[in-house]
Amino acid sequence: MKLLTLNFLTCARKTCKSTAAAFPLHPKEAELEQVEMELNPLFVKNMLPRLDWEAMKTLATELGLPNLPAETPVAEELANESGEPTQTLRDLHTLLMETAIASGKLVCGNCGHEYAVKEGIANFLLPSHMV
Amino acid sequence: MDWALPRLVTVAKASAWQYSSAADSEPGRNDSVNTNAACPADEMIPTPSTSHVDYNRVYEPAEDSYLLLDTLSASSESNWLRARFPPTSATPSAVEVGCGSGVVLAFIAANAERLLGRPDVTTFGIDVNEFACKATADTVSLAIKEAGPTNQSVFGGSINGDLMTSLRPGSVDILVCNPPYVPTEELPNESNLDEFADRADFGSDEAFDRDSRYLALAYAGGMDGMEVTNRLLDQLPEALSQHGAAYILLCAQNRPDAVKDRIRSWAHGWSAETVGSSGKKAGWEKLSIIRVWRS
Repeated sequence: MKLLTLNFLTCARKTCKSTAAAFPLHPKEAELEQVEMELNPLFVKNMLPRLDWEAMKTLATELGLPNLPAETPVAEELANESGEPTQTLRDLHTLLMETAIASGKLVCGNCGHEYAVKEGIANFLLPSHMV
Repeated sequence: MDWALPRLVTVAKASAWQYSSAADSEPGRNDSVNTNAACPADEMIPTPSTSHVDYNRVYEPAEDSYLLLDTLSASSESNWLRARFPPTSATPSAVEVGCGSGVVLAFIAANAERLLGRPDVTTFGIDVNEFACKATADTVSLAIKEAGPTNQSVFGGSINGDLMTSLRPGSVDILVCNPPYVPTEELPNESNLDEFADRADFGSDEAFDRDSRYLALAYAGGMDGMEVTNRLLDQLPEALSQHGAAYILLCAQNRPDAVKDRIRSWAHGWSAETVGSSGKKAGWEKLSIIRVWRS
């Protein structure tokens, strides 16, 4: 599961969903894998506006990855004057698109429930008493 | 094509667990949707490959899956989506609930430019069946690879989950769902699927039991075939973004007109229209696809 995906996920419990603490989910004992992908400048540029930047910064810190810039980069920071991809673009590409959680857990900051990730697939099925 | 034969709605959903076909055939593809066949934009786009999927435990693409492909790629629908998600807007997310083999999600991912008028889309598959999650990951990744470098779609991953409970509110732009729509006396119990997790040691009877349950979850819709779909509909207002649109497949026994009327009565202006159908067979419509969106 790509780190990008964590921008779209929250705790599956009804009582957690509307709380701020349930997002982002916190990786625990995460084993990361690097999956090389073609640089995808348009995707990165168009995805930036919908990223929760604070959440992305939290994730990068928790996973021990290089710190992200304090503010969401603007489109102009992604290409240099001659239109070549900048290091910022490459870093974002590496973080969001090429870094994936292969296994581990995703923990809700509100209720503490741990969702297992195995073979890159997170299991959000809850036992019936927790739904 | 065998369209002259009247077929029961249950055939499509039932065929997967009654018998699995080794052939990667696609009966019903593109002869089922009422579009303007003379328009070159409606030329058939190839179906993504799912030959790696084990149909003993994952729902096999059938007539209903192909109706979704044909509806999404009809020029009328593509024009609507293009206007809804112009290239200047942020990358849309496409989520399929009950992604099964992944054929529909892969179709969207590989044909983003053709369907959405932009090469960038991010896709996620959700299924209660862990094997479907793996199958979808393979199917979508393969389709994106084969689409070549102009395709800028990114597969975010598969999520083993219950409908859209794991998604952040407002995060879905395009939702696609081919739900378990066949009326059945009861729903298969999914709460104890975890009994099977972490075990590789079960005997063939247990494995068969598990696989049968997974396939039953793909078709059994409970009362009116609507029990799962109703839960999905209840989640839409929270899950869909402001511009979001859901494509949901229904069969005649689900009473699509009543479903649409109910959606239109939701607070804050919701619309629902039939945007694809398998046509009238013996005087009644078999399958239809409704689009649901905030107007």
